[in-house]
Amino acid sequence: MDLSSLKSRLVVDLGLLAASIAMFFVLPDQLGFATRVITTVLFVLSLDLVLGYAGIPTLGHAAIFGIGAYAAGLYALHVSSEPLSGLLVAGIAGAVIAFLTGLLLLRVNKLTLVMISIAMAQIALEIANQASGLTGGADGLGGFELGPVLGLFAFDFYGYTAYGYALAVTWLLFLVMRRLMASPFGISCQGVREQPRRMEALGVSVYWRLVAIYTIAGSIAGVAGGLATQTTQFVSLEVLGFTVSAEALIMLIIGGTGRLYGAIIGTILFMSAHDIAAGIAPANWLFVIGALVIVVVLVTPRGLLSILPWGSR
Amino acid sequence: MSAQEIDAAGLSVRNLNKRFGGLTVASDLNVDLPPGSRTALIGPNGAGKTTFAGLVTGILPPSSGTIMLDGEDITRLSAARRVKRGIVRTFQITTLLKAMTPREHIRLAILERRNLGWRMFSGASDFRDVESEAASILEQLILREDADRRVDRLPYGKQRLVEIAIALALRPRILLLDEPAAGVPSGESGVIIDAIRTLPEDLAVLIIEHDMDLVFSFAKRIVVLVSGAILTEGEPGEIAADPRVRALYLGEEAHG
Repeated sequence: MDLSSLKSRLVVDLGLLAASIAMFFVLPDQLGFATRVITTVLFVLSLDLVLGYAGIPTLGHAAIFGIGAYAAGLYALHVSSEPLSGLLVAGIAGAVIAFLTGLLLLRVNKLTLVMISIAMAQIALEIANQASGLTGGADGLGGFELGPVLGLFAFDFYGYTAYGYALAVTWLLFLVMRRLMASPFGISCQGVREQPRRMEALGVSVYWRLVAIYTIAGSIAGVAGGLATQTTQFVSLEVLGFTVSAEALIMLIIGGTGRLYGAIIGTILFMSAHDIAAGIAPANWLFVIGALVIVVVLVTPRGLLSILPWGSR
Repeated sequence: MSAQEIDAAGLSVRNLNKRFGGLTVASDLNVDLPPGSRTALIGPNGAGKTTFAGLVTGILPPSSGTIMLDGEDITRLSAARRVKRGIVRTFQITTLLKAMTPREHIRLAILERRNLGWRMFSGASDFRDVESEAASILEQLILREDADRRVDRLPYGKQRLVEIAIALALRPRILLLDEPAAGVPSGESGVIIDAIRTLPEDLAVLIIEHDMDLVFSFAKRIVVLVSGAILTEGEPGEIAADPRVRALYLGEEAHG
């Protein structure tokens, strides 16, 4: 990466940081929506590790998100209202489920993988639905309170704390992921995506490399689910739904895969368009979203990010 | 060192068979690749040359037989583990990461060889000795000027050279070159032939090749494979004089 692209990346970083902080002042009455966008960004970033970097075509990523969401909810209800330990529990739950399902999922070829990933998410949804004693079933899981973040910032009615908390966690994990994907491990995952035979010929156990990245992404998806639970103080069955997986995929493709920034840009664009379209044309917002997706994909087949000088490679 | 130990050094393939259903693609193969050997595997299309490479590198499991490395049975070892033991191949069809540069490929190979491929929080180019080793391999294979260009923008001959550079970065003990000059215009093939001629002397090299000039100038021993079985083997002079081999190559067109 040359200096000018490094500079433009810095500009984008600072611009995103400034915009995300400016939300507090510019649109204080939209913080609830902005918080949902931030937690979704984290979830789509996790999908980018799996699909964009490692080339694992999953359509069941909601299973991991949802299990993180329920883990955080159950932890808050039964164990402790302390939020950071709750996120940790959600992250561990996501990592464990990703590891266990990954052991099976990553043995099969791509089309089979898509099918099995969908099936796994449907099974998770059905389990959550049936185990209503634990999860609240179709009524959802609520009735828990969360303590102040770091013992300092209580969750407030206006959502200032929720937004700042989600923002801080997402930024931190974004920087971690960026470091990770520039490491030897991260580069090898991209190699596995492009040429698994080549990587095997370098002495890489392709399968275990994929299980590792899938598990790491699982922990992040779990944290994203946990954040969603903590900032809304409610978990519904929808967190495990097919729509969550499918929309995350659309957001990632709109923004551009395998670059992390694509996940951010795509999510913000998709969710804003969704929100605005639903406001203007409550009956036809799906049409607007569909048109948007088609236009973006036709104009920039490799995602919006490919317009940027360092966005395409 | 006893005579037996000397015998055991390098790669020994014993009674190796591979069948797909009723089709036998490798039939009772016995091949030795001791350190420093220069062996060519030749034969008509479909003779099972690439199958043999697959069996030795562990991509294909054999139906029966054993593969020994330095007297140790590695028949059941995975492809990745065999690479760690020093059995390295190049691909007949260039298998590179299109968007990466030659330097990045070689870096990746060195990182994996040194078991740094799992490092998650160092930058890929942070290891100074990896970088200097990569630079010296690029220098050795005369790739320095192209080191930082995407491989898919390089001429095909250079891409084939990158394949060899990656293999060398893995510090092989047994090197399988699967048609290293295939598809390269004759004007560009000189650099590849030079690279092959200057391979480390103690390395055991097996070359699969159709270009008979390259085979006869490089190999000290030639194994002729026909329909999955070894027809004959010997020194280049013997092979060139063998009437069966001559018939095979002269008659190849007639037989299709």
